[in-house]
Amino acid sequence: MKIAVCVKQVPDTGPARKLDPVTNRLDRSGEGALNATDVNAVEEALRIKEAHGGEVVVVSFGPTRALDSLRKALAMGADRAVLISDEAAAGSDLVATSYALAKGLERESADLVLFGQQASDSDGAVLWAAVAERLRRPLVSQVAGLEIDGASVTGKRQTEFGYDVISAPLPAVVAVSDAINEPRYPSLKGIMGAKSKPTETLSLADIGAEADRVGASGSRTTVLELAPPPAKGDQIKIEDDGSAAEQLVEWLAGRKLL
Amino acid sequence: MSTLVFLEHHGGAIQKGSLGVLARALAVGGDVAGVVVGHGVAEVAASAGAFGVATVYTVDGPDFEAPLPQPRVDALEAVAAASGAENILFAASVLSADIAAGLAARLDAGLNWDVTDIAIDGGKLTARRPALGDTVLVTVGWTSTPRIALVRSGSFEPVETGGTAAVHDVAVTPREFSTAARMVDQAHEEASGPSIEDADVIVAGGRGLGTPEGFRLAEELAAALGGAVAATRAVVDAGWYPYSTQVGQTGKSVSPKLYIALGISGAIQHKVGMQSSGTIVAINKDANAPIFDFADFGVVGDLNAVAPKLADLVRARKG
Ligand SMILES: Cc1cc2nc3c(=O)[nH]c(=O)nc-3n(C[C@H](O)[C@H](O)[C@H](O)COP(=O)(O)OP(=O)(O)OC[C@H]3O[C@@H](n4cnc5c(N)ncnc54)[C@H](O)[C@@H]3O)c2cc1C
Ligand SMILES: Nc1ncnc2c1ncn2[C@@H]1O[C@H](COP(=O)(O)O)[C@@H](O)[C@H]1O
Repeated sequence: MKIAVCVKQVPDTGPARKLDPVTNRLDRSGEGALNATDVNAVEEALRIKEAHGGEVVVVSFGPTRALDSLRKALAMGADRAVLISDEAAAGSDLVATSYALAKGLERESADLVLFGQQASDSDGAVLWAAVAERLRRPLVSQVAGLEIDGASVTGKRQTEFGYDVISAPLPAVVAVSDAINEPRYPSLKGIMGAKSKPTETLSLADIGAEADRVGASGSRTTVLELAPPPAKGDQIKIEDDGSAAEQLVEWLAGRKLL
Repeated sequence: MSTLVFLEHHGGAIQKGSLGVLARALAVGGDVAGVVVGHGVAEVAASAGAFGVATVYTVDGPDFEAPLPQPRVDALEAVAAASGAENILFAASVLSADIAAGLAARLDAGLNWDVTDIAIDGGKLTARRPALGDTVLVTVGWTSTPRIALVRSGSFEPVETGGTAAVHDVAVTPREFSTAARMVDQAHEEASGPSIEDADVIVAGGRGLGTPEGFRLAEELAAALGGAVAATRAVVDAGWYPYSTQVGQTGKSVSPKLYIALGISGAIQHKVGMQSSGTIVAINKDANAPIFDFADFGVVGDLNAVAPKLADLVRARKG
């Protein structure tokens, strides 16, 4: 089974962009920030490969430095990395990104295309549906539990009403929840081995994408204005020095909340 | 300007979020029509008339019975063509997000998500959306039509005006790949246990509780405060706590007097379900966790140390 996993490099500043706030293990390797929820998608792909055999290829659309993040996925155990990168691609919105990514994915014709739950910089949680549409493949999104046999995937997906169970024939597109698994940490051997795994950087021409459908010219949305959000009232933030519980109880009592 | 509002319905009722978006679209102005997709939905479609919309399109048939996104992309493509809509608006939901993004790709149309307000500026639709963890407020636009927007949960309230709607059915045959995924088992509304929606005090637990057993800390603190226990989607999806206790975009919206978040990062999708709480307290060991941006009282520390002590002190004080 050939599995393509779409992963994104995100800015590594800010809380939501850290891979693991407890160990910082992947961050310390200094390889840039792989979007945290995409790590779950890579993990799921590795587990499927371990059970069914095959190949895991990670695919990203972004600037050349995104290779650092792709190497993290290789260190976890992915076999190969493809980066679609082009000067003309900067400023791509959903329509443009889904077009370029789908073009790159068409070259791979994977049995299963996996996505993470959402990119921490876009907070979109939408890209997979646009890519599935462009690939003309069935989609199961936000999957918290995934089963695979040779011919189909069945996913448990949370909606506003509980869990749906949805099944789709392969080839299919699946986006996974960040609770679907507990991702492994790359071993030292994995990190060393990643350096010799194949990585490809492809231009828009390489993937047969029309340049004016990508980047700013291919995008259909625009940012008109930026403003700070409305200020919130007084906030208290304390570091626990052993007395935080006492301070909090006093504060709650003072506001008649106990 | 013509606008279509996707009216998502479950169990014969149009979702509150969709009706809220409809109300806002009607207030903003222009020709507004609704769209209802499903099987045997004429009555559901007509019911939208009471919310002020005069025209509702339906796409009706067995292929549209299960709430799956891809056949609905075909349906909306057809209705958009039939109606010549310039704007297509959705209330954010798991289903609608996938439809909106699929439709954007189908029509090569712009999609703005997490929209919290819409307006008309120089005859064109613009929208406001908070971005980067609500740290910046962005005014966004579209450079071509149709303009597609996904509106953040809870942004607008429905307005019941009374009235009737004319229902127009549009015949659509879905594409082959659109019907390849199928619903094996559809979620049913869970039999309601003790509801977190009525609680004055909620102690909510996230992945920071570490293990399913970690929820005992939340339960103990909730018991001391006389409150209920809630959870994030991350721990519900992981099977640590029941779905009926989930707070957020795909869970419940709560507004207790006091909301204590233990080991919760404060993702937007969690925030939308609890931001109207009277007082928000957060205990998180990561000083940069987004929850501190909107907590009234934040404790940067290990919940395993702080929460039990807090429960003890509350019990002592309550005697
Ligand atoms: C379409 C969509 C809908 C969604 N709907 C919802 C929804 O309805 N509800 C919802 O909650 N989420 C929802 N999510 C998921 C949401 O984006 C987050 O993934 C989720 O809220 C994170 O849960 P969490 O805070 O428990 O976990 P994490 O984000 O992993 O945060 C755990 C936190 O615990 C802290 N921590 C760890 N150990 C300790 C310790 N010992 N002491 C103190 N702190 C500690 C960490 O610093 C971290 O900040 C949705 C996502 C999408 C894409
Ligand atoms: N530029 C990109 N390249 C590859 N995959 C991406 C890219 N952006 C987003 N993704 C994937 O799409 C998912 C959802 O992204 P988003 O809709 O932007 O929140 C992410 O979790 C990734 O799996």
